[in-house]
Amino acid sequence: MSLAMTLLRRLEGPQTLGRGPAFWTAFAIVIAAAIAYPWFADGYTVGNTAYFFCWVFMALGLCLIWGYGGALSFGQTAFFGLSGYAYGVLTLNVGAAYGFTLAALVLAVALSAVMAALLGYFLFFGRIGGVFLGIITLSVTLALERFMAQTAGPEWKIGAARLNGYNGMSGMPPLTVPWFDGEIVLFPDVALYYGLLGLLIVVYLALRILVNARFGNVLVAIRENPERAEMLGYDVRRYQLAAFVIGSALAGLSGTLYTAWGQYITPSSMGLTAAALPVIWVAVGGRGDLTATLLGTLVVLGGFQALTIYGSQYALVVMGLLLVVVVLAAPDGLVVAAMRGLGRLRRREAGR
Amino acid sequence: MTPLLETRALSKHFGGLHVTNDVNFALAAGEIHCLIGPNGAGKSTFFRLLLGEYTPERGQILYAGEDITALKPFARIRRGMSVKFQVPGIFPSLSVAHNLEIALQHHLEGASLGAEIRRLLAFLNLSAAASERAGNLSHGQKQWLEIGMAISLKPRLLLLDEPTAGMSPDETFATGAMVQALNRDGVAVLAIEHDMAFVRQIAQRVTVLHVGRIFAQGTTDAIIADERVAAIYLGETDAPPLRSVADA
Ligand SMILES: Nc1ncnc2c1ncn2[C@@H]1O[C@H](COP(=O)(O)OP(=O)(O)O)[C@@H](O)[C@H]1O
Ligand SMILES: [Mg+2]
Repeated sequence: MSLAMTLLRRLEGPQTLGRGPAFWTAFAIVIAAAIAYPWFADGYTVGNTAYFFCWVFMALGLCLIWGYGGALSFGQTAFFGLSGYAYGVLTLNVGAAYGFTLAALVLAVALSAVMAALLGYFLFFGRIGGVFLGIITLSVTLALERFMAQTAGPEWKIGAARLNGYNGMSGMPPLTVPWFDGEIVLFPDVALYYGLLGLLIVVYLALRILVNARFGNVLVAIRENPERAEMLGYDVRRYQLAAFVIGSALAGLSGTLYTAWGQYITPSSMGLTAAALPVIWVAVGGRGDLTATLLGTLVVLGGFQALTIYGSQYALVVMGLLLVVVVLAAPDGLVVAAMRGLGRLRRREAGR
Repeated sequence: MTPLLETRALSKHFGGLHVTNDVNFALAAGEIHCLIGPNGAGKSTFFRLLLGEYTPERGQILYAGEDITALKPFARIRRGMSVKFQVPGIFPSLSVAHNLEIALQHHLEGASLGAEIRRLLAFLNLSAAASERAGNLSHGQKQWLEIGMAISLKPRLLLLDEPTAGMSPDETFATGAMVQALNRDGVAVLAIEHDMAFVRQIAQRVTVLHVGRIFAQGTTDAIIADERVAAIYLGETDAPPLRSVADA
């Protein structure tokens, strides 16, 4: 009981924008709207929204590592791809019966967590920070992309799963939940949409609790002044590593869900363009806040997709410009700036 | 009795610059000790060696009898050391109260955490600035905030690097009174200081560091009366300059 109360209190705090009845009312309205949404939209649009949801976990993870912890990883797509391929290899070999796809999801995410722990140990305990952290993580994802791209030959297979080089892997089963009589297959429309919506709410709230807890306090302290954080008796490296593992597991979750959504994964999901996009989503929304990252990512993803109608190169140029404009005009992010403005406005109203 | 802090033949150089030379230093539990010396004497470096931010080339550091030479900084802090640096180290974009919370959350939570934050804010004269961004504070206020964070850890040994730099005489005196109050609660203090009025106010013993060596050591009065000490401050000594590898 008291633990639950403590956790609930951590839903609000200095590390997250949005507090009080006004915020949580808005939150409830948004959720209600999200639940009602599939009744008013066609299956394709709902499935497309589910596609957007797939990516948000990686953005939230980067928000934790970079926005809260101050360590810019440019290679979260390495874990996205790793878990995506792991899900493919596991399910192509074992199939979807007895809820195995859910076990594959957990295993794929755990694999990313383990790999992140190994890489992160080398990075943070080796005191590699700043721009070098970005360079090394980017190199890792590009190396993985190159490696997977050259696996076209028939000798590149794991059990029944062909890796297929640049064309990537396909035909893995969607997530399948065992149910009393039969099973529920989360095809990439309404069923998967609800599954992802639920998962997103859980992850978002859990991260809010995490960043407002002592752990989050230490994480922002490290971002602000690592030397002072150490001089308060915190083992800076451990906290950075923990944030990196959690954030990378979320990138792995994105990769797994994406693979289950589209039933394919390709090496380009770990390429340079793919690696840059999460950085843009998080920076544009506001890396210092989970809500801003969540909203910013969904808006930018939607905008990006709308623009690709005119050609994907064109859309990428716009993304680049957007990043430059945000960094210059609203370095804390657009959503953060808007939410702060709203808060000031409300206070002024109340003061009158 | 074993000293609370002891260094044995502690030595550190940066390239050819020997900044800490065979320093044998001891500090008793509960003592207030001032470290003085001209700019560049190696005082701040000595602190960073004590804290484990720099690794010495030679020598040992003992804390409460335990050899801590190989320990990481955070591990030394957890054993009861705490520091206020020469350049204030705070968390600039967090609020003043939040800065203190991060220091206090080691041993407090919930209502008692809030109460202690309020008590400290009043003690540090920062109550009005509680929700201000710490980066917006004046230099003096930042010093106070950092001192507040340092004492939040309930240290047994407090290291203060020029705690009164940029403070008015009144503020300097208040800082001295605070140091003495902490000391009455059993905290040992090692302070680097230039302000001799402050040194006279708080110190029981004084060590003079010059070109990385202990130049003189004694009671405050004896050190202040020492003409050789006055001379090194005025640059009139025949003590050798910092030795470089080239001429070593
Ligand atoms: N990290 C470093 N690298 C090179 N030289 C340093 C470093 N830190 C300090 N020094 C040099 O060591 C000498 C002593 O510095 P410091 O310990 O800060 O002196 P003090 O605090 O007594 O004024 C100075 O000449 C300074 O330039
Ligand atoms: Mg100094």
